[in-house]
Amino acid sequence: MSTTNALKMDKPVPDSLLDTSTQGIIGKPLDRKEGPLKVSGAATYAAEYQIENLAYGVLVGAPFGKGKITGIDSDVAKALPGVIDVVTDFDKFLTTPAQGLAPKAPQGVENVQYFGEIVAIVLAESFEAARDAAQQVVINHEAADDGRYDFEALKGEAEKPAKGDIPSHFSQGDLDKAMTDAPVTLDVTFTTPSQNSAAMEPHASIATWDDSGMLTLHGSYQMPGNDVEQLAAALGVSKSKVRIVARYVGGGFGSKLGIAPESVAAALAAKALGRPVKAVMARQQVFDATVRRSNTEQRIRLAATADGKLTAMGHETLTSNLPDDDYFEPTGQATHFMYAAENREINHDIVRLDWLLSGSMRAPGEAVGMLALEGAMDELAEKLGIDPIEFRKINEPEMDPEKGVPHSSRELVRCMDVGATSFGWDKRNATPGTRREGEWLVGIGMAAAARANMLQPSEARVTLSATGRATVETDMTDIGTGTYTILGQIAGEVLGLPLEHVDVELGDTNFPTAAGSGGSFGAGSSGTSVYLAAEAIREKIAKAMGVDVDALTLKDGHAVADNRRVPLGELAGEGIVAIGSIKPGKQEKEKTQSSYGAHFAEVGVNAVTGEVRVRRMLGVFAAGRILNAKTARSQCLGGMTFGIGTALTEDLIHDPRNGKLVNRDLAEYHLPVNADVPQLEVEFLEERDIHANPMHAKGIGELGISGAGAAIANAVYNATGIRVRDYPLTLDKILEGLPEL
Amino acid sequence: MKTFAYSRAESPEAAVAAGGRFIAGGTNLLDLMKLQIETPESLVDISRLDLAKIEEREDGGLTIGALVPNSDLAADPRVIAGYPVLSRALLAGASGQLRNKASTGGNLLQRTRCYYFYDKATACNKREPGTGCSAIGGVNRILAILGTSEHCIATHPSDMAVAMRALDATIVTLKSDGDRRRIAIGEFYRLPGDTPQIENVLEAGELITHVELPTPPKGEQLYRKVRDRASYAFALVSVAGIVSVEDGKIASAALAFGGLGPMPWRDPAVEAALIGQAPSDAAFAAAADALLKDAKGYGTNDFKIPLTRRTLIASLRELTGVSA
Repeated sequence: MSTTNALKMDKPVPDSLLDTSTQGIIGKPLDRKEGPLKVSGAATYAAEYQIENLAYGVLVGAPFGKGKITGIDSDVAKALPGVIDVVTDFDKFLTTPAQGLAPKAPQGVENVQYFGEIVAIVLAESFEAARDAAQQVVINHEAADDGRYDFEALKGEAEKPAKGDIPSHFSQGDLDKAMTDAPVTLDVTFTTPSQNSAAMEPHASIATWDDSGMLTLHGSYQMPGNDVEQLAAALGVSKSKVRIVARYVGGGFGSKLGIAPESVAAALAAKALGRPVKAVMARQQVFDATVRRSNTEQRIRLAATADGKLTAMGHETLTSNLPDDDYFEPTGQATHFMYAAENREINHDIVRLDWLLSGSMRAPGEAVGMLALEGAMDELAEKLGIDPIEFRKINEPEMDPEKGVPHSSRELVRCMDVGATSFGWDKRNATPGTRREGEWLVGIGMAAAARANMLQPSEARVTLSATGRATVETDMTDIGTGTYTILGQIAGEVLGLPLEHVDVELGDTNFPTAAGSGGSFGAGSSGTSVYLAAEAIREKIAKAMGVDVDALTLKDGHAVADNRRVPLGELAGEGIVAIGSIKPGKQEKEKTQSSYGAHFAEVGVNAVTGEVRVRRMLGVFAAGRILNAKTARSQCLGGMTFGIGTALTEDLIHDPRNGKLVNRDLAEYHLPVNADVPQLEVEFLEERDIHANPMHAKGIGELGISGAGAAIANAVYNATGIRVRDYPLTLDKILEGLPEL
Repeated sequence: MKTFAYSRAESPEAAVAAGGRFIAGGTNLLDLMKLQIETPESLVDISRLDLAKIEEREDGGLTIGALVPNSDLAADPRVIAGYPVLSRALLAGASGQLRNKASTGGNLLQRTRCYYFYDKATACNKREPGTGCSAIGGVNRILAILGTSEHCIATHPSDMAVAMRALDATIVTLKSDGDRRRIAIGEFYRLPGDTPQIENVLEAGELITHVELPTPPKGEQLYRKVRDRASYAFALVSVAGIVSVEDGKIASAALAFGGLGPMPWRDPAVEAALIGQAPSDAAFAAAADALLKDAKGYGTNDFKIPLTRRTLIASLRELTGVSA
């Protein structure tokens, strides 16, 4: 019999058990629980399960852009040795992946919407046979003559997205008038390219149906609790007949929020064959047919008084997506609350293109929105003759500038101050292009970071057994983020157990449904559910001890109270089971919640070639309580590395003639590699946020990327005097502005 | 990958008699086979042949076995001392793991990294002659500005071969009839013309067994590679330079370029513009003019023209000790 401890975050929770507990493991830089399994290859990823009688599936993409399939000629493929069948389903195959948290995925592939859309799966007794045969399948088609593939040519036809969770248009005051009236203004346009998450593990599924009609899908997914609904809907079966297992996920960065084409293809093929089917997307298919971050064109307008007080902010964005999808990259998300200004306009419109789906990628919104906003802030600061940090301080809002509510916690100013000291900001030469070391022009830049904090419904079960060990069970995922470890730390801290005495089981929809990993809400949401379950167990222990819970100390596997020290196992009886359940509440409306930070970057720009190399970076972050100093730091390092790629190298290129991706492998889609990533430093500020959740922790998974690229671009300007507003800052864009040799 | 026959050759003679595609490190061929851009009927594994030695010749040059891994060649003390341009070029290429596997002979035969060559859903005259060139009129940022034709604008991706071209290497082969050939690297590669699928003068079944380097050249050596990221990126432009200055005049100059053309590029006019001149920006600019006289941009690769000019001038300054 389990108890449930449910909380809706309607009120702040001023007191946290994590502050009064004595186990002393919360926040500590403890090693990942599953680290040894991962480095020894013993952690089983989706495609690695050894399943008997498995058939190997290889997906076939449409070799054309928008058009209609007139027939699939698979005779040659089927006749090859080892080939079992070629399966397609024009109605049920996914057109695109599902958006994260969407109820279902778009289905139907007869009318192909974009180049590379997955339209069939070839099944064989070996992967090699399937891969060979997949290349012999001929997709007969009629290409549409009205394909829309050229953003530049079509951007004049942008349209307002349908009403969704995030408002696309916001207006306050009179931006145009403020721009006319102000003594100092800025009106600049930035562009950012499409990007791919490029998680190390490609999308992969193994589908197994049992005799009762139950589907088990070993998949690489970030949100199994929601993905299972999408998968059931796509297959037309009850949710109770589908189980997703995603114990280890090799990175997601948004690309695995919703189900992708391989899941449904594998499930349909497994049904048709009557045996388990594995489908792993080839790297090129991950590029072609999962999801991209949209390219953007962002116009920023700022108006200020002569002493640097912002009077107006405009952030108008064009994004792109397929004709039927209203997801837009919410570039203005942080613009809404970053700086004070009376007159505001923050708009997002969509240019309809027959390119692959655009959706969430790490820090959707801030990751590229802050490139524009923070670049513009740097520009206006220079125009005003005010130090960029000082300029941001002048415009630090006391309240949310649009909603008029307080910030739940906001340490932006302290992040900038601490960072300035640590980084040596005072050594920055405010005149650009004046520091040279041999062939290299050297400069430093900064940018603010913010990532909205969110809470999502999440449940977890914690069991304290008669052996004195605790087990945490939830379908929450660890996508490389450290979830196994932090959930163990939270349960251990509240229950007085060393981390080694807490078993954490994740990524299985047989467990209680969690928020999943996305939007930086995973730790706060799933962590709180574990906290609540452990809190309930704590109360049971107090009862078993016969003391008031406030008089109870739990430490090292013992309950201490009333001059007694009793092993927890003895108090657990047959075992104590508790479910923790958290839901967002009024706090998210009554307070504006966000994590903050400040990025500092030093770059060298080659005066001959325009090559940019980052020399060092520092990120100072305040994200409420840090649950594990090591995994949190790793999250920020990863985010900052993303920032380097965003600023300098990543550019997913569509051929404007047919929408085809041109650079669809890791040789030509340039992620920053080791040699591009210098020493990165991360500092955390002590902070608590009583409005976020009972742990007082805020999201951190996406904070490191937000603003990072802008600090680099601002440093490039400081080094060269060249302002590139067209990301990434590849050398061809810098070359023209370089001094004569 | 298509089904193929596999055999292991016991000797170079047996390898050429076997009559299949040779495989050594396989760092390029295997990728292309998985994508079915290369579909050999049979593979002849030459990786265990006794061709992995670097030997000094009596004339003072080096003979490099075709199977010497790129890593070993780059680290050889004789190469570092006498041919630093080659060592630096090798280390500028690929990644550590790839350099450990990649062979000297195979490196010369790398296929282009043109996006469209790698993508069977697109037209490509090099991959499927007669289908057209998708790169012309498409995305061609990384592609060639010299030696192109209306049929192909691919670049040769090697760094090593650029240094070897500047060093006047000779490629030694064994033909299927048992004859040996010695081919100057300048004669080895072919322009695309209307047959871009034919990239060099090797005959069917002809095996590269060695590469010979002449006596270490006089003068300063340099390899400069300009790239989009610091590791594992192909050259946008690279310069292999060997220049000697005597009595205040440039006495000798050998300059080869990567990332610009369908082969490691070398143009006698560039060197003619330099030899006999006092090192100066004017002379360097004249060399750049000579190099880029017929350069043709295709849109997104237009920037390579000014980039090459700047890179060449800076390289020549470094080679001759002239400061800006």
